[in-house]
Amino acid sequence: MQRLAKQDHHNNLVIHTENLTRRFGDFVAVDHLNLDVEAGQVLGYLGPNGSGKTTTIRMLLGLLHPSEGRAKVLGLDVAAQPDAVRARTGYMSQKFALYGELTALENLTFYAGVYGVNDPARVREMLDTLGLAAVRDQRVHSLSTGWRQRLALATAIIHKPGLLFLDEPTSGVDPVARRAFWEIIYALAAQGITIMVSTHYMDEAEYCTTVGVMRAGKLLALDAPDRLKQALPGQVWEVHADPMLDALDWLETQPFVLRAALAGDHLRVVTPTDVDAATLHDALTARAIQLSQLTPGAPTMEDVFMTLSAED
Amino acid sequence: MPDYLIDAYDLHKSFGETHAVAGVSLRVAAGEIYGLVGPDGAGKTTVMRLLCGALTLDDGEAQIGGFDIRRQVERVREQIGYLAQRFSLYEELTVQENLRFFAEVRGLKPAQWTPRSQEILEFVGLAPFRNRRAGQLSGGMKQKLGLAAALINAPRLLLLDEPTTGVDPVTRQDFWRLILPLLRRGDLAVLVSTPYMDEALRCTRIGFMRGGRIISEGPPAALRRRLDGRILELAGAPEKLLVEVARRDPGVETAERFGNRFHLRVAPGQAEIVAARLGDAIRAAGGVVTSLHAIDPQLEDVFIELAETAAGL
Repeated sequence: MQRLAKQDHHNNLVIHTENLTRRFGDFVAVDHLNLDVEAGQVLGYLGPNGSGKTTTIRMLLGLLHPSEGRAKVLGLDVAAQPDAVRARTGYMSQKFALYGELTALENLTFYAGVYGVNDPARVREMLDTLGLAAVRDQRVHSLSTGWRQRLALATAIIHKPGLLFLDEPTSGVDPVARRAFWEIIYALAAQGITIMVSTHYMDEAEYCTTVGVMRAGKLLALDAPDRLKQALPGQVWEVHADPMLDALDWLETQPFVLRAALAGDHLRVVTPTDVDAATLHDALTARAIQLSQLTPGAPTMEDVFMTLSAED
Repeated sequence: MPDYLIDAYDLHKSFGETHAVAGVSLRVAAGEIYGLVGPDGAGKTTVMRLLCGALTLDDGEAQIGGFDIRRQVERVREQIGYLAQRFSLYEELTVQENLRFFAEVRGLKPAQWTPRSQEILEFVGLAPFRNRRAGQLSGGMKQKLGLAAALINAPRLLLLDEPTTGVDPVTRQDFWRLILPLLRRGDLAVLVSTPYMDEALRCTRIGFMRGGRIISEGPPAALRRRLDGRILELAGAPEKLLVEVARRDPGVETAERFGNRFHLRVAPGQAEIVAARLGDAIRAAGGVVTSLHAIDPQLEDVFIELAETAAGL
């Protein structure tokens, strides 16, 4: 009975891994990863460069054989049925795989052919829903990064995948184009496509329904952004100090500071919860540091990421 | 007269039909970090490449550290350290050999660069790895080596073209921890281009670029004041309903998602009226409002507003 229930649960999972591991020589890129993702989620996959994000995605796509453990994607075993996995998943890499000499339409038609989609109506639908009609006949090399990004997304979903992997899709893209891109992501998620997106930008992590944080091949946390933020130990302070670097240098060495970092034009400081504003204020002004503002702050995903990345 | 490290007037550069830089004037003094911010294709990289002499001007004038970029190209290059968006390192060479290569390209003699390279490697934290091949370095370390190479000639002007694109938050933090102390000396200026608003906030002044022009310029705090009293933060449920009702309100110009909240830009002087009306409308439609109040504008709000204004929306 219990086994049956467990089996049912697994069938609802779009991604299910058991001790998924990949080694390159002595280097363990992904280390016993256990990751379950339910249908309809937008999973943010975070971690420093080299923490195993891209290796995980490549294994889940059936492009790279696991060294140990196993993974199921849409109910299919990635090692045993890699072709079936690729036919039902979409992948957009950080380096868009587009043909510069071909037009937007030609690229889309080409990828439709690769996936065996022979319906011209589907290509037109993609041009319309992604707002690509305006650049349909332009060659890709003349398009801006924002347009290329949208076209790359269209080629990744032309075959109506159940699961879409986006590997750092918005690197180097300005805020307006990033917003437009995320609107499309939401629309796809609303249609029931599960999305796994790796990103270095913590404001994007806030957009995800679930966030997994990787470090050195291991999954350190997996939860909704709000819950990850609530679980962050300590109190966050926003400190506007002058000279800012002197304040940062000093704060970093203090036992009552869990973490201190640059945040644009001010500092973010995390202390144990028993440290109050007056204590922090007095400690800094005693160092001849001018404070124009010192306010408690709400934890952000960047705080979560930096804290998890720094832990030993 | 202040000591401008960049003093550029009415710069123009076209590539075929594309007017990539269409009249940029820019003054950056020692001690400043000036941020060029704007969408892809706005002309940020072209401005940098013009200033370091990698491209020649079609029209306009510029002096770098007092040297004319047309007539004194070599002197100009001596003043500049340039970290390109995709900088190249020789993967087969060690850290030390890479630095040596860049020093020789810059025309430095061993007596000049040998002590300097030691100092720079200490500074960027790569001294323990000086004999490691560049191909064996992590992404963050490669970036530090790129910065070290840009600093080898002790430049007075550092040009950083999207230095942290595709880089994780820890590495970005480390990078800025290296850049900011350079400014302490007061004799150096930094010109940085970035699509990221948290980095723009780190600059002493920002120039918003669009269509080859700087359309707005000022310290981040001053730019944010453009939208004082015009941004409402809205949170509640269900999100789809919130944004639909908000976008129907005639006083709401835009409704953009910021994490699990929305920022609404309202017409000038309308914040209170819109907040009251919208709260009622959302509740009447069966939604729940947990937060709806005016907030300080973020730089990203300003970026979006400027981008739309320039696009003539």
